[in-house]
Amino acid sequence: MTTDIKIVEEAKKPLSMHPQKFAMWLFIVSVTMLFMAWTSAYIVKRGEPGWSSFELPQEFWTSSVIIVLSSISLIWAQVSAKRDNLEMVKVAVSITTILGLAFLAAQWLAWIKMVEMNYYFTGMGSNTSSSFIYVLTGVHGLHLIGGIVFLLIVLVSTFRYKIHSKNMVRMEMCATYWHFLGGLWLYLFVFLVLNR
Amino acid sequence: MATTDIHIHHETEHHDDHDHEHHEGNFWTTYIFSQDHKVIAKQFLITGIFWALLGGTLSVIFRLQLGFPDMNLDWLKPVLGEWITPEGKLDPEFYLALVTMHGTIMVFFVLTAGLSGTFSNFLIPLQIGARDMASGFMNMLSYWFFFLSSVIMFISLFLETGPAGGGWTIYPPLSALPQAIKGSGTGMTLWLVAMALFIVSTLLGGINYITTIINMRTKGMSFTRMPLTIWAFFFTAIIGLLSFPVLFAAALLLIFDRSFGTSFYLSDIFIGGEALPHTGGSPILFQHLFWFLGHPEVYIVLLPALGITSEIIATNSRKPIFGYKAMIGSMLFIAILSFIVWAHHMFVTGMNPFLGSIFMLLTLIIAVPSAVKIFNYVTTLWKGNLIFTPAMLFSIGLVSFFLTGGITGIFLGNSAVDIQLHDTYFVVAHFHLVMGSASFFGMLAGVYHWFPKMFGRMMDNRLGYIHFWVTFVGVYLVFFPMHYIGIAGFPRRYYSWTNFETFSGFADLNTMVSVAAILTLAAQFIFLFNFFYSIFRGKAASANPWNSNTLEWTTPRNPGHGNWVGEIPSVYRWPYDYSKPGAKDDFIPQTVPYSETPESNLPHENELIRLESSGGDGSIIVEGNKH
Repeated sequence: MTTDIKIVEEAKKPLSMHPQKFAMWLFIVSVTMLFMAWTSAYIVKRGEPGWSSFELPQEFWTSSVIIVLSSISLIWAQVSAKRDNLEMVKVAVSITTILGLAFLAAQWLAWIKMVEMNYYFTGMGSNTSSSFIYVLTGVHGLHLIGGIVFLLIVLVSTFRYKIHSKNMVRMEMCATYWHFLGGLWLYLFVFLVLNR
Repeated sequence: MATTDIHIHHETEHHDDHDHEHHEGNFWTTYIFSQDHKVIAKQFLITGIFWALLGGTLSVIFRLQLGFPDMNLDWLKPVLGEWITPEGKLDPEFYLALVTMHGTIMVFFVLTAGLSGTFSNFLIPLQIGARDMASGFMNMLSYWFFFLSSVIMFISLFLETGPAGGGWTIYPPLSALPQAIKGSGTGMTLWLVAMALFIVSTLLGGINYITTIINMRTKGMSFTRMPLTIWAFFFTAIIGLLSFPVLFAAALLLIFDRSFGTSFYLSDIFIGGEALPHTGGSPILFQHLFWFLGHPEVYIVLLPALGITSEIIATNSRKPIFGYKAMIGSMLFIAILSFIVWAHHMFVTGMNPFLGSIFMLLTLIIAVPSAVKIFNYVTTLWKGNLIFTPAMLFSIGLVSFFLTGGITGIFLGNSAVDIQLHDTYFVVAHFHLVMGSASFFGMLAGVYHWFPKMFGRMMDNRLGYIHFWVTFVGVYLVFFPMHYIGIAGFPRRYYSWTNFETFSGFADLNTMVSVAAILTLAAQFIFLFNFFYSIFRGKAASANPWNSNTLEWTTPRNPGHGNWVGEIPSVYRWPYDYSKPGAKDDFIPQTVPYSETPESNLPHENELIRLESSGGDGSIIVEGNKH
C-alpha cells in the first residue's frame, strides 16, 4: 500500500455576492426599464402636436416629502439593526410602513385633486398627458404596495428576532428596494415638473 | 426570555454542499411542481415541442390556402368548423388569425421559452458547477407563469371570434379597436393577458439565469473558462431583462387603450362615419416601444442557438473553438447593437430620412460581429476531425441558414432598398432563415446533443440523419423561393393573390413552397418519434458519450437533485482543450489540473502551476490518495 501525493494548483473561487441581493438588483433594473419606456414615450408624445400642458396638484409635493422621510426612517432602522438595538428597529420600521401608507394616501388625494382639475385618465375629457400621469403614478403605487408588504415582512421578522447585526440580508434587500422606490418617485416627480 | 438566532452568512460564501442530500419527493413535487432545474428544463422542452407542433400545423394550414387557392378545404371542417366557409374556403379573417398565432407561438412560446427556457435551465447549473439555480422557487414560478400564459393563449384559439388577428406585432389601431376585425376582439384581450404573464415568466427566469451565472460558479470557473453556451445564455438573459419590461410597458398602454378608453395610440379615427372619442394618440409610438423589444427579441431567440452551436461544433470537430474571446466579444457587440437598431423595422413609417440613415448605419454594423461568428465556426470546422452526429449536422445547418438569411439582412437594412422590399415575402424569407430556422436548428442540435444527459439514453442516429436532411432541404425549398416572390412584390399577410394578374406567374412556385412546407412538417414527426421512443427505449448512454470537456458530463448518468454526488468538481482550464498536442486523449475535461498534464501544457500554463504553488498560504493543495 503506497500513498500517492498529488500536488494540484489551486482553483480560485470566482467573485460572487449574495444571490438574493443580486437578484433584487436585477429586478430593480427591469422596473427601471419599465419606467424608462414610459418616460421616453412621454417625451416622444410631448413633442407631437395635440399635447396639452397641465398643472401638477400640490399633493405631489407632500408625497415627495413623505417618501424622503420614510427613506430616512428606514436608514435609521438599518443603523439600529446593525447596532442590535432591536426595539428601535421595530419603531423605525413601523414608522417607515406608516409613512409608506401615508404616501399612498397622498397619491390618492392627488388623484382626487386631478379629477377636480378636470384631468381624467380616460373618456372624452381626457388627454394623453393626463393619462400618462395616472399610469406613471399608478404603476409606481403598485410597486410601492409591494414595498410595504416587504416592510411588513421585515417588521414581523424583527419581532421574531430574525433581524440583527449578524443577519441583515432581508433588511438590506428591503432597504434597497424601498430607497429605489423613493428615488424612482423623485425621478418621476422631477420629470413631470420639468416636462409639463 | 428572548433568544436570538445567529446565522453568520459570508457574503462570498459559495453554496457548496447545502442541498445535495437526496430529495425523495412524491410524484407531484418530483415531476410537476419541481424546483429542480433539470425537471423544469424538461417541462419547458415538452411544452415548447407541443407549441412548435401547433405553430407548424397552423403554418401548413395557411400554406394550403396560399399554395392551392382553388382547393376545397371541406375536409378540414371537423377541425376548423365554421372557419371553413360554406364554399369550402378558409375564412379570410381566420387566415389573419393563423398568421398571427403562428408568429406569436413560434417567436415567444417556442424559440424564447422553449429554447432559452430549456437550455438555460438545463445547462447553466450543470456547466458552471452549481447544485441548482440561485432560486429554485422563482425558477418553478417562471415555468408555471409560462404554463398559465400558454393555457390562456391556447384557449384563445377556441374562441368563436377566433384568436388575435392583428399580426404578431399587434400594431394599433387595428389591434386596439374591437370593431376592426374579429381578431381584435376577445382574442386580442387574451393575447395581451397571455403575453403579460409570459413577460413575468421570462423576467423571473432571466433574473435567475444572470444571478446564477455570476454568483454560483464553482471554484476555478472564471469568466474566461465558461463555455460559450453559458456566455450566450448570459447575454440572452441580459437582453431579455432590459427589453421585455418595455414590451410590458407598450402592452399595458395598449390594454388601457382597448379596455379603459385612453388614447395613447389612437387618434382621429372614424368608424362608419362616426368619430371615436380617442384624440391625441400616436400609433407610431407603439411601434417604437414594440420594436425596442422586438429587435432585441431576435437576438434573445438567436444567441442561445449560437451558443449551443459553438459548443457542439467545437466538440464534434475535436478542435478548440476558433477565437473564443472573439466569440464572446461579438456576442457582446451584437447584444449592445440590438438595442439601437429598432427603427430599421420602421423605415416606411414616415421617419426622418436622416434618422433612417443613422439606424441603417447601426444596422449594417451588425454584419461585422455576425461575420466574425460565421468565420469562427468555419475555421473551427477547418481541418477538424469532424464527427457528423445529428447534433453536429444541425449545427452546421444553423451556420448555413445564419449566413444565407444574414446576407439578405444587409439589403433590408438599407433604408432605400427597404422601401421596395418592406412587408414583402423577401422579409418573410429573411427572418425565417436567419432567426426562425437558424434558432430552430440550434434548438434541435441542443436536443440531440444533450439528450443523453437529460434522459440517460441516446437518440437514434439514423432517424436523426433522415430528420436533418429532409428538414434542411425542406427549409431551403420553402424559404429560398420566397426571395424571388418578395422581389416580385408579393406583400405579406395577403389572403390570396388570384385577383392580381401580375402574380399568376408565381402560382406554381407557391405550390412548390407549400408542398415543401408540408414535407418539412412531416419530417418533424420522425424527430418526435425518435425523441419519445428514445426517452423510454433508447440505448443507454455512457457518462460522456461525445467525449466532451464541459462539467455536465462529469455528473452521473442520471444526475439527481444537486447534480453531483459528493463535492462539486473544481475547474482548472477552459472548456475547449480538444486535440491538444502531446495529450493522451483528444480531449482534456475542465476538471483536470494543469499539473496532471505536463506533456501537453503550453509554457504559460506551466507558468500558472509554478506561480500558484509558490504563492503562499493555501495555494498548494495536497491530495493524498491511497492505493
